[in-house]
Amino acid sequence: MTDLKELSEKLAAIKQEIKEELVGIQNSKGVYEYRKNIMDSKSGKIGSLMREIGKIPNEMKAEYGKKVNEIKTWATAEFEELDKKLKEAEMRMRYESEKIDVTLPSKKIKKGNLHPNTQMREQLVEIFGSMGFEIFEGREIETDYYNFTALNIPKDHPARDMQDTFYLSPEFLLRTQTSSGQIHVMEAQKPPIKIISPGKVFRSDDDATHSPMFSQMEGLVVDKGITLCDLQGMLDVFVQKIFGEETKTRLRPSYFPFTEPSVEVDVSCFQCHGKGCRLCKGTGWIEILGAGVVNKSVLEGCGIDSNVYSGLAFGIGIERIAMLKYGINNIKHLFESDLRVLDQIDD
Amino acid sequence: MLLPLSWLKEYVDVNVDPDTLEEKLFSCGFEVEEKYEVGHDISNVVVGLVKTCEDIPDTHLHLCQVDAGSHGEFQICCGADNVKAGGKFPLALIGATVYATAKDHKTVEGVMTIKAGKLRGYDSFGMLCSGTELGVSEDLFPGGGYNGLLVLPEDAEVGADVKPILGLDDVIFDVSITSNRPDCQSIFGIAREVAAVLELPLKAPALEYTESDVTIPFQVTVDAPDLCPRYLAHYVSDVKIEPSPAWMRRRLALVGCSAISNMVDITNYVLKELGQPMHAFDFNYLEADAIQVRRANDGEKIVTLDEKEFTLNNSNLVICDGKKPVALAGIMGGLNSEILDTTKAVMFESAKFAHDNIRKSSKALGQVSDASARYTKGVDEYTTDMAMKRALHLVEELGCGKVSATKFDVNSGNSIEPFELKVSVNAVNGVLGIKVPDEDIVRILTNLGFSPVLQGDDLTMMIPAYREDMATYQDVAEEVIRMYGYEHIVPSFIPTAEVTMGGYNLRQKRELKIKRALCAAGCFEGMHYSFFSPSDLDLIRLPQDAPERHAIKLINPINIDLSLMRTTLAPQMLAAMARNQKKGILSGRIFEMGNKFIPGELPLTEYPDERETICIGIFGEEEDFFSLKGIVDVVANALDITFDYEKTEKTFLHPHRTAKILCEGKEVGYLGQVLYEIIDEMDMRINSYVAEIDLKALTEYYDKARKFTPLPKFLEEKRDFCFVMDKKVTCAQIEKAIMDACDYITSIELFDLYEGIQLGLDKKSMAFSVVFTPREEEFKPAVIDGYIENILKVVEEKYGAVLRA
Repeated sequence: MTDLKELSEKLAAIKQEIKEELVGIQNSKGVYEYRKNIMDSKSGKIGSLMREIGKIPNEMKAEYGKKVNEIKTWATAEFEELDKKLKEAEMRMRYESEKIDVTLPSKKIKKGNLHPNTQMREQLVEIFGSMGFEIFEGREIETDYYNFTALNIPKDHPARDMQDTFYLSPEFLLRTQTSSGQIHVMEAQKPPIKIISPGKVFRSDDDATHSPMFSQMEGLVVDKGITLCDLQGMLDVFVQKIFGEETKTRLRPSYFPFTEPSVEVDVSCFQCHGKGCRLCKGTGWIEILGAGVVNKSVLEGCGIDSNVYSGLAFGIGIERIAMLKYGINNIKHLFESDLRVLDQIDD
Repeated sequence: MLLPLSWLKEYVDVNVDPDTLEEKLFSCGFEVEEKYEVGHDISNVVVGLVKTCEDIPDTHLHLCQVDAGSHGEFQICCGADNVKAGGKFPLALIGATVYATAKDHKTVEGVMTIKAGKLRGYDSFGMLCSGTELGVSEDLFPGGGYNGLLVLPEDAEVGADVKPILGLDDVIFDVSITSNRPDCQSIFGIAREVAAVLELPLKAPALEYTESDVTIPFQVTVDAPDLCPRYLAHYVSDVKIEPSPAWMRRRLALVGCSAISNMVDITNYVLKELGQPMHAFDFNYLEADAIQVRRANDGEKIVTLDEKEFTLNNSNLVICDGKKPVALAGIMGGLNSEILDTTKAVMFESAKFAHDNIRKSSKALGQVSDASARYTKGVDEYTTDMAMKRALHLVEELGCGKVSATKFDVNSGNSIEPFELKVSVNAVNGVLGIKVPDEDIVRILTNLGFSPVLQGDDLTMMIPAYREDMATYQDVAEEVIRMYGYEHIVPSFIPTAEVTMGGYNLRQKRELKIKRALCAAGCFEGMHYSFFSPSDLDLIRLPQDAPERHAIKLINPINIDLSLMRTTLAPQMLAAMARNQKKGILSGRIFEMGNKFIPGELPLTEYPDERETICIGIFGEEEDFFSLKGIVDVVANALDITFDYEKTEKTFLHPHRTAKILCEGKEVGYLGQVLYEIIDEMDMRINSYVAEIDLKALTEYYDKARKFTPLPKFLEEKRDFCFVMDKKVTCAQIEKAIMDACDYITSIELFDLYEGIQLGLDKKSMAFSVVFTPREEEFKPAVIDGYIENILKVVEEKYGAVLRA
């Protein structure tokens, strides 16, 4: 190989061979193998060319090197192009082969939910906590004094007939209302007092709409100059946060021994917005809680000067709110730990 | 309480429609639970004049031509025996609705729509009606009870709607009365409120009567004035027992009270009208010319009007004549002095009894009456006095007796005169938070009959004696606002209150954190009753002397299954898992956080310990002891503490798959697999596991400060060991031995457990991954080798564990 012409012919022949051989390669692995083969510095058609540079006359060495590099560059480009083409085809095939039915069921992630009552309670605590209410949890077992007498319900009071009480002894009972917490707080704390007291309460009622155990949340504010207007203002915020901005409240007279005046609070029906539907029994309003201005005899019984301080109190049925909000149709569902029920409520 | 509009109108000229009246009552505190027209099921029935009436041969039927005025003339087939030409009867037109009756013509079976029909081949275009078919009893309208056509008055206009004629257009309100307003438990009581809210005059019932000069020797004594603060008695002579007049019978019928005879009806009428229970004794049967009100002697017996016998005790109050009980005070009269057709003279009683005593007696004896229900709610002495007058007036009005001059009023000293109440107007407005104009306050209180006088801030009222609920400015505020209208309240946001810190305390935050962590571990929070069944204690096979059996009993449970305050949460969790499995849910995780109740002495003399407890129940193919253990560890992690476990036994758990949970050496709970026998017994379908953790015992860790451990400065070394040892050796023992062997170990984890024949029957292998964390400088290989040597030595010495070949 002494002249350039001969070299050119040789290189052209190699090119031709490679071109022909490349046609037969089916996959990118074949390209890799073939490339390794061609470029092998000992035996490769192209790779071994540089070994021969020693045999090349000095004056031709530069030209030889240049030609060899040209063919190397050419071959590399050919290989890469083919490799790219084949890889694309392979990927297409791979994707094609990995077809799935995306409507097959998802893989289940195990997770549980808080009880609907706990969820509701969380929301209530968030609202009232942001208004500066502390959370006081009273006892489930109370004395007659805290559950009744101190709440202005003496022994022979007709209001004791309003609630069927479970007694544990002549003195101890299962609390019938979270209002019993009011007294403990007022005995222990000086105004200003702002507490909510969520918890279980018990009444001897067991039918389709009543459960012998349910949950209430009592609210109590005692400070200077607290009025019925504050009660309405605070409850407005509460119902709007729970049932939506457009919800309205309506106060109407009622009776609880420990508040005077006492009111029932209705909210405009959040399902029909007051037009009347099954939920609100056609009235446009739903009764949600009882409330009132704390009876001064209750304050005084706890050693709070009713000439200086006044208070307001309200009691919310947690299940009632939860059932209304989530449309749960049976209070018993909440105490049966039926996973089909618990799985549904995740607010 | 039932309130017929027609009866209300006796006292107030109601000038609004029933809907408006309902709204007005609602606004001032009297919810109308139901409102209905007496004849709400009846429509299109008019006055029909029978023009001709011919017998249809061989039948009991009559073929009539009936004139219905502007509605036309109709041919009607009628089977009634009292149909006759010239008579006026209710005619149900085609399309009318009336009651369908059974074959007896008395039992109502539903509402039917009248269609044109054919009887025995004769067309009939409507139906002539009986009282029953229109829902009209004999008491509601004379002739209504006749088993034939209801005869209409001769002056009834032909073709006119029969409803106004028969009073079927009357409206009944079922009003709910709150327990602070016993004075409204009567038609007249509500009428006072209606007059006030509609601002109309109130017409009081007539009370006047004339006493004859008849007197008899008689004596009334009250031996128990605490139970009977006032007792009025009045003797009526020349009694003629007859049916009451139609108007009285009708009114009683409208409020669900059957007419009996004039004397008895008068007592019932006064009860409904004024809310005062009354009683009339047949004077002939009162022995020894005396009435004595006293506590019953233990074992004393009485037979009441409904022929039930009661054995009494000292807590029951009785009315006695000179010799024997003649009435169970406030509850029911005795059969021995009942008013009969032969009664010639009566002693009327009107009394106030302590409502609590009546309530207790009525409950204890299981005997309830209109009177006891009324007394239970509270009757005031003002009404006691008024009612006697009213009854005597009615005796005169009905002409059924002569009011004598023999009368008694035993009074323990209470006044029935109005009492003065003085309050500050500012205090009243201060409760409400708005300023109600003075003139409105005066107007409202005047309408309520409080005779207010306002001078500056001083508001002085004379409160009628029946308003026993009025005592403070707060009561006055309520009266003002319920009449002024709650819509005047302007929402405000406690503008004067001081700022307070709100939100959860630490305990509440930690408990919520634990709950959330358990949810994230796939558990659903459940909630079970705080009381359970004695059989729940048997279910978990507790021995008779187990501390859990020392439980608080409910004195008056709904049933035995809800009769004990729970001392463990496990049985209800077992029941919850069983319920789910029976519904085909074969895998799940449930937890409950709630109290168990640990009493000191029983019966309770002090507050019991209400211990917050977590109970976890899991079930399913994929669950095992260790999945539950992982969940229990979630609780520890949430509190940044570590639990240790030791094998233990529980009466209701697998003898070899049960552990106690320890925290710093203190036992805080247990976990384990539920006994197969219990799984069978409860019809459960799959293995179930339960854990209980005494959360209250963990509260001391609630304030544990969270501290960051800096990341290791030097490279940690990790080495794996696979030991072969005796099967009896536990994982915890080896772990502890390794841990104790070297001070630099920060983690030990079991990654393989093997038991196989090639190790020998009593051997097993356990492989651990151990991490050494350097503190001062990177470990040199020789140092690590030294640690390892020590570990190997220790585990071999202590437990005979050697590296697996």
